[in-house]
Amino acid sequence: MSNIALEKENLKRPSGVRGKIARFFKAYGWSYFFVLPSFTVFTVFILIPVLWALVISFQNYDFAWDGTWAGFSNYVRAFTTENGVFLRAIEHTLFYTIITVTANVLIALALASLIQGRSKHWKTFFLAAYYLPAVTSVVIIAITWRWIYNSEYGLLNYLLGLVHLPAVRWLSDPNLVLGSITLSTVLTVPATGVVLFNAAMGSIPTEFYEAARIDGAGPFRRWWHITLPLIKPTTLYLVVLYTIASFEVFEKVFVMIPAGVGDSAQVIVTQIYENGFQQFRYGLASAQAFVLFLMIAAVAVVQFRVFKTDVEY
Amino acid sequence: MELRATPTVRKAPFKPSTALAWLVLIVTSCISLWPMYWLFVTALTPTTYTLKTPPDVVPLHASLSNFERLLTRAPDYWSWGFNSFLISIAITLFHLLFDTMAGYAFAKRQFPGRNILFWIIVATLMVPAYVTLVPMYIVTRELDLLNSLWAVILPGFANVFGIFLMRQYIQTLPSELLDAARIDGCNELQVFWHVILPLCKPAIGALAIFTFVRHWNDFLWPLIVLSDTASFTLPVGVNSLQSEFSTDYGIIFAGAALAALPMIVFFLIFQRYFLEGVRMGALKG
Repeated sequence: MSNIALEKENLKRPSGVRGKIARFFKAYGWSYFFVLPSFTVFTVFILIPVLWALVISFQNYDFAWDGTWAGFSNYVRAFTTENGVFLRAIEHTLFYTIITVTANVLIALALASLIQGRSKHWKTFFLAAYYLPAVTSVVIIAITWRWIYNSEYGLLNYLLGLVHLPAVRWLSDPNLVLGSITLSTVLTVPATGVVLFNAAMGSIPTEFYEAARIDGAGPFRRWWHITLPLIKPTTLYLVVLYTIASFEVFEKVFVMIPAGVGDSAQVIVTQIYENGFQQFRYGLASAQAFVLFLMIAAVAVVQFRVFKTDVEY
Repeated sequence: MELRATPTVRKAPFKPSTALAWLVLIVTSCISLWPMYWLFVTALTPTTYTLKTPPDVVPLHASLSNFERLLTRAPDYWSWGFNSFLISIAITLFHLLFDTMAGYAFAKRQFPGRNILFWIIVATLMVPAYVTLVPMYIVTRELDLLNSLWAVILPGFANVFGIFLMRQYIQTLPSELLDAARIDGCNELQVFWHVILPLCKPAIGALAIFTFVRHWNDFLWPLIVLSDTASFTLPVGVNSLQSEFSTDYGIIFAGAALAALPMIVFFLIFQRYFLEGVRMGALKG
C-alpha cells in the first residue's frame, strides 16, 4: 500500500531536500510509528544493557567503578577465583542438563505417544494435569519439594521408612544434593514437551498409518517408522528448549538450599548471582554471564544448523 | 496409534497394552499433581500436625488457622499480592499493544531498514536475561528506583518474544482485508484498530496469558531490586517466609498456596487457551 502512495508522490515530484523528507515520511511514517515504541524499549532495555554488560566484563568494576580496562582478567578470574568454583558450577550445570534434558524429552515422547489413542476429553484431561504445575511459580514448587525432601518429617523419607530403608539427607548431604535437585526436575512432567509432541503427532496424516497397517506393520513398527521420523523437528526443538532452560537453572537451587551445601550444588547462575549481587563484583559477574551466553549460543548455532530447512524468519 | 480411535478397534474387549497405557498416564498424572496437592494439604494442616510421623496424607485436621496466622504475622502479604498484580497487569497491557503494533509493521508493511531491525531483535532472543542483570541493576540504582515497582515494571517491557509471535501470526492474515479497509476510507490507525486487532484476538489472548503468568511468577529480578518487605512481589515474599518462619511450615505453605491459587484458577478457566498458546508460541518460536 505504501508503495502506491510513494508512486503517487513521485508523480508530483516536489523539489528539494524538504520535499524528499516529506515524501519519505508520507510513505513510511506510519510504519516507523508502529515500530517505534517497541524498538525504543528494545534499545533501552536490551540492546544497550547487553553491549554495556560486554564492556563491564572487560573492566575493573568491583563495587566501585574506576573506569580502567581489565583486558581478559575478569574472564581468567571467572575460572580461577575461589579454587575454580565456577568450573565446578559448570560441571554441575552440565550434569543437571544432560540428565534432565534426556529425561524430559523421553518422558514427553512416551506420554504424548500413549495419549494418542485416548478420546478427546481424556487427552485434554491429561494435558491439563501435566500442565497445571507449570503455571505455578518455581519458587512455590521448590518450597514444596524442599518439604517433601525434609530429612525429619518429609514425605519421601516416610515412604522409605515404610519399606524399611534408612532416612536420607536429601538436601544436606553434599554427595546427594545435586542429585536430589535433578530428581525433582525429572519427576516434574515436561508439560510443554507433551503438548508439543501431541500437536506434532496429531498433525501426521492418518493415511500414513493406514497404509502401514495394510502392509502389515504392528503398532510399534508404525510408531518407530512413521511417528518418530515425522516428529523429528519437534524433538530437536525441545532438546534445544530444555537445554537452554537447564543451563539457566537458578530459582530451584536458590530456594531449595538457601544457604547452599558448600559448593556441591553451585550452578552457573547461582555463581553469577553471588558474584554480582552479594559480592558486588560486577566485572566478574558479567564475564561469567557471557560465558553462559557463549554456551547457549553454541547450542543455538546447532539448532540453526539442524533447522536450516525448516525455520523461516 | 491413530487407528485405535476407529470404532472397529475400540470394540476390542481388553488389551493388556491399552491397560498399561492407561496405567502409565494415570500414574504420571498423579506424580505431576502430587506437589500441588501436597502444597494445599500442608497449607490446610496446622503446623503441630505437620511436624510428625506419619504425615497426614489427607488433611484430617484441616483448618484455615494457618491462613489467619499468616495474615496477622506477615501483614505485608496483601501488599505483595497487590504489587504482583499491578506489575503483571501493567507489563501485560503494554506488551499487548506494542508487540501487536511492531508485529503488524514487520509482517505487513514495507519500509527501509525493516529486515535489519527485525534481525537485530531476533538475534537478541537467545541472549539470556542474566547477561543484562548487572547493567540493569546499575541503571536502576542510579535512577533511584530500587524498591520501587517501576524497577520491575520498566525492564519487564524488554522481551522480544511477543513481537516475534505477533509477526508470525499477522503474516498469516490476508493482506486483501487491509487493502479493502483502506479503500473504504480507513486511515492507518483505523486499519490497525478495527482490522488488525480484532483479527489477532487468538494470538493476543495467548500472549496476554503467558506474559501475565510469567511476570506473576517472576523471581530473580524482583529479588534483586526489591529489598523493602512492603515492596516485595508474591514469589519474593513467599521465599522470605522460609527464612522468617523456618520450620513453621503451616505459615510458609499458607503463603505459598495463596500465591499459587489465582494462577491455578486462571488456568482451570482458560485451560484451552493455555494449551493452544503453548502450541502457537512454540511452533515458530
